[in-house]
Amino acid sequence: MREVAVIGIGMTKFGELWDKSFRDLVAEAGIKAIMDAGIEGKDIDAMYIGGMSSGGFVEQEHVAPLAIEVAGLEDFHIPATRVEGACASGGIAMRQGYMAIASGIHDIVLVGGAEKMTDVVGTEATNVLASAADREWEAFFGMTFPGLYALMARYHMHKYGTTQEQLASVAVKNHYNGSMNPNAQFNRKISIEDVLSSPMVADPLHLLDCSPITDGAAAAILAPLDIAKKYTDKIVKVLASTQASDTISLHNRKRFDALPAAIHAARQAYKMAGVEPKDIDVAEVHDCFTIAEIMAIEDLGFFEKGEGGKATEDGLTAIDGELPVNTSGGLKAKGHPVGATGVAQVNEIVMQLRGEAGKRQVKDAEIGLTHNVGGSGGTAVVHILGVI
Amino acid sequence: MMAVPRYWREIPARYNLIGKRCKICGNIYFPPRSICPVCRRKSVGQMEDYKLKGTGVVESYTVIHVPPPHFEGEEPYIMALIKLDEGTYVTGQIVECDEKEVHIGMRVRATFRKIMEDGEKGAIYYGYKFVKEE
Repeated sequence: MREVAVIGIGMTKFGELWDKSFRDLVAEAGIKAIMDAGIEGKDIDAMYIGGMSSGGFVEQEHVAPLAIEVAGLEDFHIPATRVEGACASGGIAMRQGYMAIASGIHDIVLVGGAEKMTDVVGTEATNVLASAADREWEAFFGMTFPGLYALMARYHMHKYGTTQEQLASVAVKNHYNGSMNPNAQFNRKISIEDVLSSPMVADPLHLLDCSPITDGAAAAILAPLDIAKKYTDKIVKVLASTQASDTISLHNRKRFDALPAAIHAARQAYKMAGVEPKDIDVAEVHDCFTIAEIMAIEDLGFFEKGEGGKATEDGLTAIDGELPVNTSGGLKAKGHPVGATGVAQVNEIVMQLRGEAGKRQVKDAEIGLTHNVGGSGGTAVVHILGVI
Repeated sequence: MMAVPRYWREIPARYNLIGKRCKICGNIYFPPRSICPVCRRKSVGQMEDYKLKGTGVVESYTVIHVPPPHFEGEEPYIMALIKLDEGTYVTGQIVECDEKEVHIGMRVRATFRKIMEDGEKGAIYYGYKFVKEE
C-alpha cells in the first residue's frame, strides 16, 4: 500500500451565502485547493465529492461531473464520483481518495464536499436532514434530528451526571474558537447564560446547543507521498483513514451513551497509525450538537466514558488546554454544510500541522485527528494526519 | 405527498405491533427485521410474526419544540426511547402526559392513534403512541 499525503487545501467561507450557488461554492473550494497544491487541473486523475442531499437542497443530483464542469476541466474526462453518508459524506470522500491512491490506481486525487442548505425555505432543511435518521421508524413518528441527540444527551446526563452547563461549555468554547476563524459562520463569543437562555429545540438541547444550517464547500488535494515533493513543500501525511457503520436508527443500537461506530473507527485508526489517543495534539470532532462533542472525546479515548462534560467544563479541550478540540470553531461555530464538514475538518488539521492557523494555532502540533459522523451514528469516519 | 402503499405495507407493525421472532435464537425484533443479526444466514426464512404486548419503560425522552413539517402545531410534544418488555427498543411519542411528569424509568403502554396527515389532500396515517401505564 502506498503512503498518501495531503498537498493542498481550500474552502469557502461558511455561512448563509445568499449570493452564492451550489456551483459557485464547489468551484471556489476546488480552485483554491488546486492552487494551494501547486498542481494544474490536468494533473488530476480522479475526483470524489461528498454531499448529503443536493437533490433535497437544490434539486440537483449528478453533481460530481457538474463539479468537474464548473472547474472547466471537462475536456480531461476525469472520473468523478459523488459519495453519500449523510453528514459524514465529506469524510467518506476523503477516504475514497486515500484508498484510490494507496491502492495505486490513481496518483493525484481531488476530494471535496459541498452543501447549499439555504435555498430551501421554512422547515424543509430540517426535513431533508431528518432523512439521515430512520424515516420509517423514527421520523415518521415525529422524531427530529436534534431530538435524537437530545435522547442521547438525557441518557448521558442520567447515567453520568453530565449537566446542562457542561453541554453549554462546548458551545461557549467553540464560539470562542470560531471568533478567531475568518471562515467561520459565527465570529461572536457567547456565554453559558446565552446558551441556557436560548430557545429550547429538543429538551435538553437549546438552540445554541445545535450546529446551524450552513452553505459551504471544502476541498483537498491528495497525492502519493513519494511524489508529493514534486509539487509542494507543505506536505502533511495521512497516517490513518478508517470508516465504520452501525444501525441508522438510535433504538436499534447496543448503547445510547456512545457512538459504537466512532469507537470502532477510532480503534482501527490508532492501530493503523501506530499511535495512541495521548499522542494526538489537536482534534476536529463532529459537534453537530454539544452532547456529540462530549461523546466524541470519550469515544475517541481522550477521556473516560462519562468524563467528557467535566473535561470540557475544566477547559481541557480549549486551545491552550491539554488536548485542543475543534480549534476551527467546530460544526457549532464554523458552521455545518453537512457534506462539506468532513473535508473542512481536514482543512483545519492541515492548517494546524502546517502552522498556518493564525490566532488559533496550537503550539507544536504534529499529529491531528478528524472525527466525522453521519446521522445519529450510522456512519463514522476517522482520519489521523501527521507532519513528515 | 407519498403513494399510499408506502404506508399501507407497514400497517401490521404500526397498528398492531407485529414484530418478528427468530425461530433459531428466540430473539424478538421490533421494528420488524427480515434477518436476525445474531443468527444471520441461518435465520433466513425463519423469522416469524410476533405480536408484542406494547408495554415497556422509558429509557430516555425529549420534548420536541421545533417539529418536522407534518407535526407543525403539535409542539411541544414528548418523544421517547422505550424499552419494550420483550427486550427490543422503539421510538415513539408519549401522549396524555405532562412534560414535567415524564421520567426515565416510567412505565408506558402502546395505544392506537393518528400520527399525521400527508397534507390537505393526502391520506391520514395511524400508528402507535404511548401513554403512561396505570
